[in-house]
Amino acid sequence: MPTMNIIQAVNDALRLEMRRDPDVVVLGEDVGKFGGVFRATQGLYDEFGADRVMDTPLAEGGIIGTAVGMALYGLRPVPEIQFADFIYPAFDQIVNEVAKYRYRSGGQYACPMVIRTPYGGGIKGGHYHSQSPETHFVHTAGLKVVVPSNPYDAKGMLISAIRDPDPVLFFEPKRVYRAAKGEVPEGEYQVPIGKAKVTREGSALTLVAWGSMWHEVEQAAREAEAEGIDCEVIDLRSLQPLDTDTLVQSVKKTGRAIVVHEAPRTCGFGAELAAILQEKCFLHLEAPITRVTGFDTPFPYTLENEYLPRAPRVLKAIREVVSY
Amino acid sequence: MRREHEVGAVPRRQRGNHREWEPGRFVKEFPLYRLVAEDGELVGPPDEVTLSDAEVLKLYELMVLNRALDERMITLQRQGRIGFYIGSIGEEASILGSAAAMDEQDWIFPCYREHGAALMRGMPLVTFLCELFGNAGDAMKGRQMPCHEAWRPGRFTSISSPISTQISHAVGAAWAARLKGDPMVAITYFGEGGTSAHDFHTGLNFAAVRKLPVVFICRNNGWAISVPRERQTGSETIAQKAIAYGMRGERVDGNDLLAVHAATRRARARAAAGEGPTLIECVTYRVEGHSTSDDPRAYRPAELVEPWKQKDPLLRMRRFLARRGALDDAADERIRAGVREELQRVLKEAEAFAPKPPLESLFEDVYAEPTPLLREQLAELEAAVAADPRVANPRHSDA
Ligand SMILES: Cc1ncc(C[n+]2csc(CCOP(=O)(O)OP(=O)(O)O)c2C)c(N)n1
Ligand SMILES: [Mg+2]
Repeated sequence: MPTMNIIQAVNDALRLEMRRDPDVVVLGEDVGKFGGVFRATQGLYDEFGADRVMDTPLAEGGIIGTAVGMALYGLRPVPEIQFADFIYPAFDQIVNEVAKYRYRSGGQYACPMVIRTPYGGGIKGGHYHSQSPETHFVHTAGLKVVVPSNPYDAKGMLISAIRDPDPVLFFEPKRVYRAAKGEVPEGEYQVPIGKAKVTREGSALTLVAWGSMWHEVEQAAREAEAEGIDCEVIDLRSLQPLDTDTLVQSVKKTGRAIVVHEAPRTCGFGAELAAILQEKCFLHLEAPITRVTGFDTPFPYTLENEYLPRAPRVLKAIREVVSY
Repeated sequence: MRREHEVGAVPRRQRGNHREWEPGRFVKEFPLYRLVAEDGELVGPPDEVTLSDAEVLKLYELMVLNRALDERMITLQRQGRIGFYIGSIGEEASILGSAAAMDEQDWIFPCYREHGAALMRGMPLVTFLCELFGNAGDAMKGRQMPCHEAWRPGRFTSISSPISTQISHAVGAAWAARLKGDPMVAITYFGEGGTSAHDFHTGLNFAAVRKLPVVFICRNNGWAISVPRERQTGSETIAQKAIAYGMRGERVDGNDLLAVHAATRRARARAAAGEGPTLIECVTYRVEGHSTSDDPRAYRPAELVEPWKQKDPLLRMRRFLARRGALDDAADERIRAGVREELQRVLKEAEAFAPKPPLESLFEDVYAEPTPLLREQLAELEAAVAADPRVANPRHSDA
C-alpha cells in the first residue's frame, strides 16, 4: 500500500472521483494550474482541463453561490475555500442557501457539494490563517461537517462526501497536512460519514478529539499510559451527523471524559458533547466532563503554542480527571 | 420568422440602448497617464508635476529604503528568523506616490503591501520590525502574522488578511469625517484581485451614492497569487469600473512616481471639494512571488516578468533625478549605503527585545476589560505553564 500524507490523499480522492463521475468539478482560488496554495489540486488541471478545474475570481461568496447553481443544475461541485478563515464572505451562501435549499423547496431541489477547506492553527498563521470555525456549521441545520485526522480517513471520507446527497463541509487539518502520513489503499474506498472511531482502547477515561487535535490527544494518551493511566481515544471524524452511540458506549465504560478542540471554548463543539454525554451517561459519570480547548480570544501569532490545547495541557487534565 | 408586432412592436429606436461592444474601447477611453518615461525623461506636461525635485529625492530615498527592507526581510524569512513576509517590490511608486499625495490629517486604509506608507506616516522602523518578529516590542502585541501592522499616530489603520474588507472601512471613515465637518479624505489600497470581493462593490457604491471623500487605489499588479488579471475581471481596465458606480476613474502608470502622485493629488482635491470619490488604477507588476509562501515559477513563465524589471520604478526615478542634476551615482550610493546601515542597526535593536510578549497579553484587548471567563482562562494557562513548561514551548508532537 502506498504511503501518503493528507494532501496526497485528498488529491487522490479528487482524482478518482473526477475520473469516475464527469459531473464532479473543482473550483476556487488558485486551484487550477497552480494546484492550490497547499497543492491539494495539483495535477488535476492537467488531467481534467480548465473546464473541470476552475480558477475563480477572488470572492468566496461567488465561489459558493455559483457552486449552488452548478449543484442545482446537476454538477457535483467541490469548491475549495483557500483557508477556513476566508469562509466568512461565503457564510451567507452556506448558511442561508446551501444548508436550506432542500428544506425550503420541500425536497424538490438539493445542493450536494463538498466545501473543502484547510483549518486550524499551529503553522504561525495568526488570526486569519488559523481559525477552527466548525461549530458555526454544525450549528446550521442541513450541513454535514467532517474533519479527518489522517490520510486514510481523508481519502475515504472525501469520496463518501462527494457521493453524499447532502452538502458537506470538509475541514482539512492543515497543521498535519504533510506531517500525518500513513498507508492508503490504491483505488476507491469509502469511510462512512457519521461514524467515530475508537483509536485506542482504555478504561480510565475517554478522550475525544478530531482533526489535528487527535494527534495531541494520542500523544497525551501515550504519556498517560507511561504513568499507568489507560485512556480510550475517540477520533470523532464526523461532527454532523454525530456518532452518539460510540461516544456514549465509551463514556459509560470509563465514567470520565475529556473533549479537546482548538476552537475557542465558549459555545465550542465541546459544549455540545458535554451536554449530550451528561444527558445520556449521568449515572455513570465519576468526574465532570472536562474541556481542553483554545481560549476565548482571537487566534494569536507568537503565543500560538500557549493557545493550542496541546498534549501537555491535555495530560494535566487527564491527571486531574482521574484523581477527581 | 417572427414579425415585429408579435413581440410587442416596440419602436426601433427605443428597442435597446446598449452600445456595441468594441474591444479596446476602454483602453482608449482610459489611456495610461504618465509623466516620466522609462528613460527618466519628463514626457508629460510640466505643469502637471506636483512634486519639487527635492520632494522627489526624499520619496526616492524612501523607495530605496522600502526596497532594501523587502529584500532584507525576504532573506530573514529564508533564514527562519521571521515567519513570513509580503512586500511591494516593483510597486513602490504606486504606494508611496499616492500616500505622499495625501494630507497629514488623511487616513490610510491599507492592504498588506503598504509598509512604506506606514513608515512615511512615522511608524518607527524598529516598531515595524518588532511586528515581524511578533516580539515584546511589537505594538500589536505579537497577535498577527508578520506584515499586519497598525500605526494609529499616523492614521494608518490595522491590516487584515481578508481581502478588501478595508475598502468599506475607508468609506465609513470618510462618511464620518463628512458628518463631523472634518476636511479628511480617506485613501484605501487593494489589489486587482480585491476588486472581485464584495467589499469593493459595496465600498465604491456607498462612496459614490454619497459623493464621499475617498481615493480608491487599485494596485493592478497583474496577479492574485497564481490567478492572472484576466481571470479576475472581464473588464479591459479596472479604471472603467468607476463609470458604473458613478465616479471618476483614472488609469495611471503605477511605476511612475510623479504620475501616481499627480493623479492622487487631483483626486484628493476633488474629494475635498465635495466632488466625490475617484478610483485610480495603478498599472504595475508583481515582479516577485506573492509572498514568501509561494514560488511563482509554478504558474508564471519568467519571460513575462523580464520586461517589467526594465520598468522598475526606482530605476526610473533615479534616471529622472539624474537628468535633473539632482542625483549622481555617488549620491545614490550614499543613499543606499545609509539605508543598509540603518537597516542593520535597527534590526539589532528589534532583535534585542524578548522573543515573546507576556502571557497575559493573550487575553488583553479582546474586550476593553477582560471578562470573568477570560480572567479564569488566564489563570488556567498560568497554572498549566507552571505545571509543565512544554505548554509554552514549540510544538513537539506532530504525527
Ligand atoms: C477573503 C480572502 N480570500 C482569500 C485570501 C487569500 N489570498 C491572500 S492574497 C490573495 C490574492 C490577492 O490578490 P490581489 O488582490 O491582486 O492583491 P496582490 O496580492 O496582488 O497585491 C488571496 C487569494 C484572503 N486573504 N482573503
Ligand atoms: Mg494583484
